[in-house]
Amino acid sequence: MKEKQKMSAAAKNEAMWGWAFITPTMLGLIILNFYPVINTIYQSFCKTGDFGKGNKFVGLANYQAVLSASETWGSLINTVKYAIIEVPFGVVIALVLAVFLNKKLAGTSIYRTIFFLPMVCAPAAVAMVWKWLYNQQFGLFNNIFHTNVAWISDPKIAWIAVGVIGVWSIIGYNMVLFISGLQEIPGDYYEAAEIDGATGIRQFFDVTIPLLSPTTFFIVQTRVIGALTIFDLMFMVMDKTNVALKSVQSMVYLFYTYAFTNGNKGYGAALVLVLVVFIMIVTVIMQKAEKKFVFYN
Amino acid sequence: MESARTRALVSKIIMYVILTIMAFIMLVPFAWMILTALKTNQEAISVSPFYIFPANGWHWETFGKVWKSYNFILLYKNTLLMIFFRVLCACLTATMAGYAFGRLRFPGKDFMFSLVLIQMMIPSQIFIIPQYLMVSKLNWLNTTAGLVFPGIVTAFGTYLLKTGYQGLPKDLEEAAGIDGCNIGQKFLLIMMPLTRSSMISLGIFTALFAFKDLMWPMIVCPSVETTTLAAGLAKAQGQYSSDYPQMMAAAVLAVIPMIVIYIIFQKQFVEGIATSGGKL
Repeated sequence: MKEKQKMSAAAKNEAMWGWAFITPTMLGLIILNFYPVINTIYQSFCKTGDFGKGNKFVGLANYQAVLSASETWGSLINTVKYAIIEVPFGVVIALVLAVFLNKKLAGTSIYRTIFFLPMVCAPAAVAMVWKWLYNQQFGLFNNIFHTNVAWISDPKIAWIAVGVIGVWSIIGYNMVLFISGLQEIPGDYYEAAEIDGATGIRQFFDVTIPLLSPTTFFIVQTRVIGALTIFDLMFMVMDKTNVALKSVQSMVYLFYTYAFTNGNKGYGAALVLVLVVFIMIVTVIMQKAEKKFVFYN
Repeated sequence: MESARTRALVSKIIMYVILTIMAFIMLVPFAWMILTALKTNQEAISVSPFYIFPANGWHWETFGKVWKSYNFILLYKNTLLMIFFRVLCACLTATMAGYAFGRLRFPGKDFMFSLVLIQMMIPSQIFIIPQYLMVSKLNWLNTTAGLVFPGIVTAFGTYLLKTGYQGLPKDLEEAAGIDGCNIGQKFLLIMMPLTRSSMISLGIFTALFAFKDLMWPMIVCPSVETTTLAAGLAKAQGQYSSDYPQMMAAAVLAVIPMIVIYIIFQKQFVEGIATSGGKL
């Protein structure tokens, strides 16, 4: 009896420490994240007064405005188009590089350093440099290739040009994740494949691809969400005066413009909620796809 | 035998060629940034002849000019302070919560941890308007506190540290319990030092994320004196957009510190990103 009471005192003590230790984080998450979610939903039903004061309840008016604006659907399509460039190219190129760098060739660490370099640069700076490379009159690309392409102001190609910057920026990050995934594949799988007579490319498709699929799925999932919330690159590359802005700007760019440049928080809130719902749908679809395509050992 | 060896050699050569071409493509923007920064503006906007390299000497003085005119001292200071406090807050709160979630038993634990996981799944854009309104109500616009605000706690870091603590052997703690340590002492003296690698991962991740972020500093620190490198560049681009060498020099100054840190701590960077695998 005495023993049991002592145990429960110890358990109580442990519980107290536990609660004390999680309190800062939980309080922070409630104030900084969970309350804002509710507040954003609330604001999406309001017309914003100055400085967020004097909110007037307007029901679904913001949603009506957001969903009937062709701009909203245009930027949602732009965002998806950006993702369609960034994710597949970023993943496939990174995978090939990771497989090469995993072969223990001499000098791999130098290559790895170079490929990862864009990851430690602020996208703001990266975008500035690319904008200069793309410059129609004085840029490196047009002058080296003797072309006269309006890389970032021709609506037909500007979205590709921005996507290329995205791919360039993300390759190193995907590659690092792929390399760590590759290192977890046991060597005997390759030995077995070799005995069966499978060489280089066959091994890649028969062993590497299936065994790496959990890593691939993880990367694809994080990158899809990352691409759907793209902002920095577009904001830096696409000026307000750029004629191709409408056919490139992403949802988050549009959200920033409405919520912070124009100060229309209610409209911005509705816009961001539309995006979040879209991301949730995409996430659910990806989870479904995971069961089909990912091979768990 | 001979043909297998030739085939291996050929495939090696192909791999090197592809790697080198890719490395070259990756480096072109960096090279062009530096080369442009070293030119005069006339050289930068000359088309015929088109200059790859600076023609009349290397103009290092542009960096000095830009350093002064863009207020880089302040941009560095603001960025550094933001990174310092964000890393400090994130590591402190996450290591405590991570320890509690990973090693202690208390009622409500599973529910609380599910909140942490839910936060990780919500796109952060949904938090921004209310966070901004809070910062503005607190009168923290244009302050370091405002910059640090959304990063005081971290669900992702809590998750990362929880995994770190869970991986530690159980008997360590039990031995310490016999020696008469209370839970706080056990945590501080024995367990926390053992999760150093997770903490470093979280620190690098937090610093990199803060350094790269553009939207938040633009919103809460619109003034050039209080803003960060990333947001400062965005402002500068609007103002000095026709002097290309100056802009490229500014870009160099903005990326150089992190590149130097990365090259020195490369192993920690790569491991940090690989193990955390967070959403950057």
